[in-house]
Amino acid sequence: MKTILTLNKITKKFGPITAVNNLSFTIEKGHVYGILGPNGSGKSTTLGMVLNVVNKTSGDFHWFDGSESTHEALKKVGAIIERPNFYPYMTAKQNLNLVCKIKNVTNVKIEEKLDLVGLLDRKDSKFRTFSLGMKQRLAIASALLNDPEILILDEPTNGLDPQGIHQIREIIRKIASMGTTILLASHLLDEVEKVCSHVIIIRKGEKLYDGKVDEMNSNHGYFELKAENTEQLHSYLTNNQQFDKIKIDDESGLLIAFPSQELAAHEFNKKLIAEGIVLSHLVKRRESLEQQFLELTNQKSE
Amino acid sequence: MLRLLNIEFHKLKYSRSTLIFSAIYLVLFCFLALFASIHFEFGNVDFQLADQGIFNFPYIWHFNAYFASFLKIFLAIVIVSMISNEYSNRTIKQNLIDGMSKKEFLLSKIYTVVAFALTSTVVLFVVSLVLGLIFSDYNEFSIIFSELEYLIAYFVKLLGFFAFCMFLGVLIKRSAFALGLLFIWWIAESIIINVLRFVIFKDGELTAKFSQFLPLESMANLVKQPFSRLSLVKSAQNQMGTDILSNDYIIHWYQLLIVLIWVTVFFYASYTLLKKRDL
Repeated sequence: MKTILTLNKITKKFGPITAVNNLSFTIEKGHVYGILGPNGSGKSTTLGMVLNVVNKTSGDFHWFDGSESTHEALKKVGAIIERPNFYPYMTAKQNLNLVCKIKNVTNVKIEEKLDLVGLLDRKDSKFRTFSLGMKQRLAIASALLNDPEILILDEPTNGLDPQGIHQIREIIRKIASMGTTILLASHLLDEVEKVCSHVIIIRKGEKLYDGKVDEMNSNHGYFELKAENTEQLHSYLTNNQQFDKIKIDDESGLLIAFPSQELAAHEFNKKLIAEGIVLSHLVKRRESLEQQFLELTNQKSE
Repeated sequence: MLRLLNIEFHKLKYSRSTLIFSAIYLVLFCFLALFASIHFEFGNVDFQLADQGIFNFPYIWHFNAYFASFLKIFLAIVIVSMISNEYSNRTIKQNLIDGMSKKEFLLSKIYTVVAFALTSTVVLFVVSLVLGLIFSDYNEFSIIFSELEYLIAYFVKLLGFFAFCMFLGVLIKRSAFALGLLFIWWIAESIIINVLRFVIFKDGELTAKFSQFLPLESMANLVKQPFSRLSLVKSAQNQMGTDILSNDYIIHWYQLLIVLIWVTVFFYASYTLLKKRDL
């Protein structure tokens, strides 16, 4: 597997504040990565460091195999961080022409990329006349001009209306389906959940989790249960080795049971009937990323 | 180098304010001839410059270099805003992300500054040459191309001034404040010179020895006022048998060196600032 980006114990301090603390991870080609963390957790600072705009305090990172300088490597990267930054007095096309000059690529792909983000009919409008959603889409088009090895997006849907968010996500999905590696920083869990295969969770500049989204939690989902005889069900579950944890949800009054190993709903139901427990409610659920995320961040803070 | 110039030129050519200021600059430049026909009051002597042989070679090099340098403020505005706009539009960040190094970014600005100074010098050369060929009393080849060191001094002077403006742009990041600081610095220098002259040294020559190291003063020293060289003033001087003033017009190598050192300092300081800062 080709490595695109390697971070090794990278640290950034702003005066007394440590924004990023000993962060290490690698980005491999072909996956869609999410960097997830609450606001102020150091996501943008991390991206800023690898993108040459924030100076690192210690540690190191390298792009690809590390044989070229960062700014040369960045010519093969497409990135937008925070707000889209363009020259307001230039048209969309003129701005993209400039990016081509900086990246040292031909400008033949400008119209193709503008079409991809749905801005082809506005190519001769000045950037300052664009709405935020259009600016963000132009930024994506600009990041794609060089057919980058990796596309880095920092909070791409921040501040957009639902329609704009939807458009951006559609574009990201389209790009991901073309096989481009994507690194998406976001504080929005459902965003990461919807588009990413891998996730790096950071909190207060420290890495909490790094791996596949669906392997994030080692447990095997959970059951929501309700029976006529709650007492009997509860005692059965408590005495059963197959379950780690049983709790009663205050709101719904449902029993929540966490199995310690993979357990199919129909197997479980069969067993309960054999025990003489008849359920009126049985749902097997996977924890949403949000629950897992909160669990992870809480564990660390305790 | 051409790539970086090309990038910077792309940024400038679509900016309306840049085009307007550059156009004003060039138009005023070409109308230098008009300024020359204005009546000047010099003490109690009233005369028209055009009558005083100002378009005579080689004097015209000195005269035009001196007057053309007043126009440099128009290009200074362009330079300050081309730097500070990168900050206010945050495009400097995007440029770096797109694969420019900080060094390349600054070099593209430096090349542009040099190009501005060079273009101005070439235009000055052409305008003066044309004016001179039309009006000069002397048209011998050797006379026409004598005293061309004023063009070199003019180039270095502009380069120094533009480098200063560029540094202020990088330092302050806001064009209005940067130009304000330029103005304040200009006042500060004259205060420093006056304090040296009248409070500390109480001596003009000694003051000049120190003040020639101040950035703006060192640039001003390169092309000094040409009025006292006019035939009228000169003949008065000759009659009095003094020739002290004429020494002053000569451009000394160390004056060029001082300005060139400032240029290096400003460029290097801009680079250091840019490198150290998080964007």
